[in-house]
Amino acid sequence: MKKFGYILLVMLAAAATVGGLLLKDNIATRKAEAKQVVFKLVDLTEQITDPATWGKNFPRQYDGYRRTSERTGTEYGGGGSDTLATDKLKADPRLVTIFDGYAFAIDYRARRGHAYMLDDQRTTKRVTQKPQPGSCLHCHAANTLAYRKAGLANGAPGTLDDPLISATGYAQLQTGFVKVSALSYSNATQLVEHPVACVDCHDPESMQLRVTRPGFLNGIRALATSTDPVPHLPSIEKWRAGDRQSPYDPNQLATRQEMRSFVCGQCHVEYYCGPKTTLFYPWNNGLKVEQIEAFYDSYKFPDGHRFYDWKHATTGAEVLKAQHPEFEMWSQGIHARSGVACADCHMPYRREGAIKISDHWVRSPLLNVANSCQVCHHFPEDEIRDRVALIQDRNHALLSRAEDALVALIQTIGGAMKNGATDTQLKSARDLQRKAQWRVDFVNAENSMGFHAPQEAARILAEAIDYAREGEIAVLKIQQ
Amino acid sequence: MKTLLVIWTGILAGIGGYTFFYANGLSYLSNDPRACANCHIMHEQFDGWQKASHHAVATCNDCHVPHDFIGKWLTKASNGHHHSEAFTLQNFHEPIQIRPGNAAVLNANCLYCHRDYVREITAHRTPNAEELKCVHCHDSVGHGPRR
Repeated sequence: MKKFGYILLVMLAAAATVGGLLLKDNIATRKAEAKQVVFKLVDLTEQITDPATWGKNFPRQYDGYRRTSERTGTEYGGGGSDTLATDKLKADPRLVTIFDGYAFAIDYRARRGHAYMLDDQRTTKRVTQKPQPGSCLHCHAANTLAYRKAGLANGAPGTLDDPLISATGYAQLQTGFVKVSALSYSNATQLVEHPVACVDCHDPESMQLRVTRPGFLNGIRALATSTDPVPHLPSIEKWRAGDRQSPYDPNQLATRQEMRSFVCGQCHVEYYCGPKTTLFYPWNNGLKVEQIEAFYDSYKFPDGHRFYDWKHATTGAEVLKAQHPEFEMWSQGIHARSGVACADCHMPYRREGAIKISDHWVRSPLLNVANSCQVCHHFPEDEIRDRVALIQDRNHALLSRAEDALVALIQTIGGAMKNGATDTQLKSARDLQRKAQWRVDFVNAENSMGFHAPQEAARILAEAIDYAREGEIAVLKIQQ
Repeated sequence: MKTLLVIWTGILAGIGGYTFFYANGLSYLSNDPRACANCHIMHEQFDGWQKASHHAVATCNDCHVPHDFIGKWLTKASNGHHHSEAFTLQNFHEPIQIRPGNAAVLNANCLYCHRDYVREITAHRTPNAEELKCVHCHDSVGHGPRR
């Protein structure tokens, strides 16, 4: 009996020893995690556009980047099947009336992840059924190398080995950008292989953030020379207060935190990319909806005609299409004013072992509330989601009313034309359609359902409803 | 058999002792803020504290551990156990969040130094009232601005 007692004790002691060793092992693992080691497997240059090559040195970031191919959806964004995103025209038939005569009435779908941007552009009916210019590539591909090659072929100085952030690199980029934009889309798209990739936002030597989109570099320079207050972009305010000897260059002057928004603002903005002139960002007066509108109204195409995106098929009004002005809308919101960058919510920091990385699976913060929101907002996830839902539901209801008002105006003008109203009589109603259309679309095309700046979105929609109903009154006055 | 048991116990004590030493176990008995960042999960908090306004006047323990002897060691024991378990099993919520008991300790320590300045605010507090948390507004004093 005593013998069994001893055996039991020995077994217990053995188990405790194993436990102790396991704990020692666990601590060793945790300690090893804290030794951050970067394995440099390949030398990266400006000429490597394939993200898989960059991914050899930065596997964690690359893993996240690749996950942008996963289908995600929230109440108001994304969704659809693995092969096709949600059809917005089916979900909201009013859009067919609103975009009558424009390619968006043919094919208009909810967004998919970054991984699809080039494929989706190549296959949308907007491109396959209507010829589009090479400008479209500006924001749908890793295009710096293609631009620089085209620039060098057209007389820009330097070589491909120059850093992009240099006088010669910039010259190559801008020259090539103009040339490639003027090509047909089917020709231009053969110059690129990948959707947005590492090289578009990172310096290959230092991994520092940088902006490479020629349209953004030109647009932000124009914004800097405007008088629109931009307290959320301190480097611009600082440049304005200085001697202004050299133009504002975000790659030289912006803070790291500003760059964490600028890299996204390279593309998530309003711009003109049609065939009549080279792509540009309309920020010369400022970032607000009416400042952009005023710039468009004063802008003349090379043929002397006032700026417009398309002529509405029902009403004959020359109207505007908003792209996806996330950067502009965010600029009017409380998060921007509090110094929160795009990447803080859409690419929040996360921990792998002891390594802190920004999540390169760019997606809606609603899919990642803990890392995105709870860093600052110390409330349960459900409560945070409810707050967002409240804002978005309200915005959605107001947006729906604004669309109703715009559709009513379009039908009213169309009816008056059938009754023989003249262009002179309809001028004021058509101008009001242009104003209402611009505002409805500024909120509708913006990917946050009002969240990026709730009060600003409501202000814009209120103006849209007012302009649309004023337009109907203008038509009524003709008929009297 | 007895000799064997003694040897086993010795080995166990040796391994246990070495593990304790390897894990810098003694450092946890100190007030050195670096001890709190032994586990890498606290690196951000430690970095933030070095850049925050209270860096010059308060260490981790000044804010996060009660100032009386019994409270201090009970809190250290409770947090020590909780943190070791969480960090070993890696089963905690991220971003890490302060627990209600520790938040109460924290607020009491704000008052430990600043009571004279906030007498008007705290004077009429009833025992059941929801306690007003200083860091609800002054959230950057300990660990700097939010990242």
